[in-house]
Amino acid sequence: MAKSAVQEFTKGLWAEIPPFRLVLGLCPVLAVTKGVETGIFMGIATTFVLVCSNVIVSLLRKVIPKGVRIACFIVVIATFVTVAELLMQAFAYSVFMKLGIFMPLIVVNCIILGRAEALASKKGVGVSFADGLGMGIGFTLSLFALASIREIIGNGTFYEIPVFGESFQPFTFMIEAPGAFVSLGLMLCIMNLLGKK
Amino acid sequence: MGDLILLSVSSIFVNNILLMQYLGNCPFLGVSKKMETAVGMAMAVVFVMVLAGVFTWVVNTYLLKPFEVEFLRTVAFILVIASLVQFVEMFLKKSIPALYAGLGIFLPLITTNCAVMGVALILNKEEYDFIHALVASTAYAIGFGLALVLFAGVRERILLARVPKPLQDTAIGLVMAGMMSLAFFAFKGMA
Repeated sequence: MAKSAVQEFTKGLWAEIPPFRLVLGLCPVLAVTKGVETGIFMGIATTFVLVCSNVIVSLLRKVIPKGVRIACFIVVIATFVTVAELLMQAFAYSVFMKLGIFMPLIVVNCIILGRAEALASKKGVGVSFADGLGMGIGFTLSLFALASIREIIGNGTFYEIPVFGESFQPFTFMIEAPGAFVSLGLMLCIMNLLGKK
Repeated sequence: MGDLILLSVSSIFVNNILLMQYLGNCPFLGVSKKMETAVGMAMAVVFVMVLAGVFTWVVNTYLLKPFEVEFLRTVAFILVIASLVQFVEMFLKKSIPALYAGLGIFLPLITTNCAVMGVALILNKEEYDFIHALVASTAYAIGFGLALVLFAGVRERILLARVPKPLQDTAIGLVMAGMMSLAFFAFKGMA
């Protein structure tokens, strides 16, 4: 039990790191990685929702009837998204405004529903918790990596602190929509080059 | 009238939901390998997105706002969309079996399509009246379908090209999406 929980945790960090290995939940990845700050906050919010919904779904797995399980999962997820939304509104209002509609859109992030369906509805609470935490941290790391690249090249700053000298001309292509697609594609390519293990 | 035309043009091209607002990318990359599936998905999304836009507008204006329970917006919208998809599926199965056979497998997928939810949220954030909400959701839906079908065309050509191994499949798809996004980016100059 303990060993398998550790395995579930670590696989989210590398072997199945979302969104690179599991190509799910791309929309927030593209949209919020304009800057490191929004990337990190989005990652934390997603991790919170993922862990909570995994635990609750796992606890309720014997109660929920098979036929309406997707609807039940969505209600559980939507509840935690609302909690996260209200918390962020209270404690990090400026980031909340920057994230805009992508905060409520965590509801339709396929990673969360995917984990509820594939794992939490079948396994125990401990394993589901470990899986949610691992996947969430993996997702946050991916967002952080992509956001760092885009912000440093596209804006010449890191966490809004300038990293290059005055003479640096920002390559704004990277922080606009086309740059998001291209940089994510190239990162996928690099991950493929590095291999599965 | 003029502002409605302007709104539809800006929603289809300038603020294209797929390429400029980064919504609905999972089906965009998932079903764009073949033209047939792309057309099926585009039709299903257009259908559901317009209905969802109208229904969530009604729910927001006549239920959530008068009772001041706007914090329930996320839960309410996702439930409206999920039940709408289910209902459309049952309705099509009974009355238009030919269309159901065509759209069949794509309909359930739409529940977790963030473009549908995204349009619902945008409409209510901008506080459009009913006519504007209807026009905007139709235009966003057309923009989605247009981008998806165009992209499927590009992707069918890529199948014939020799792509380096690490770049194959999704990676090259994303890079191509970036190029298309660049083309749509040019519309921004018009606005």
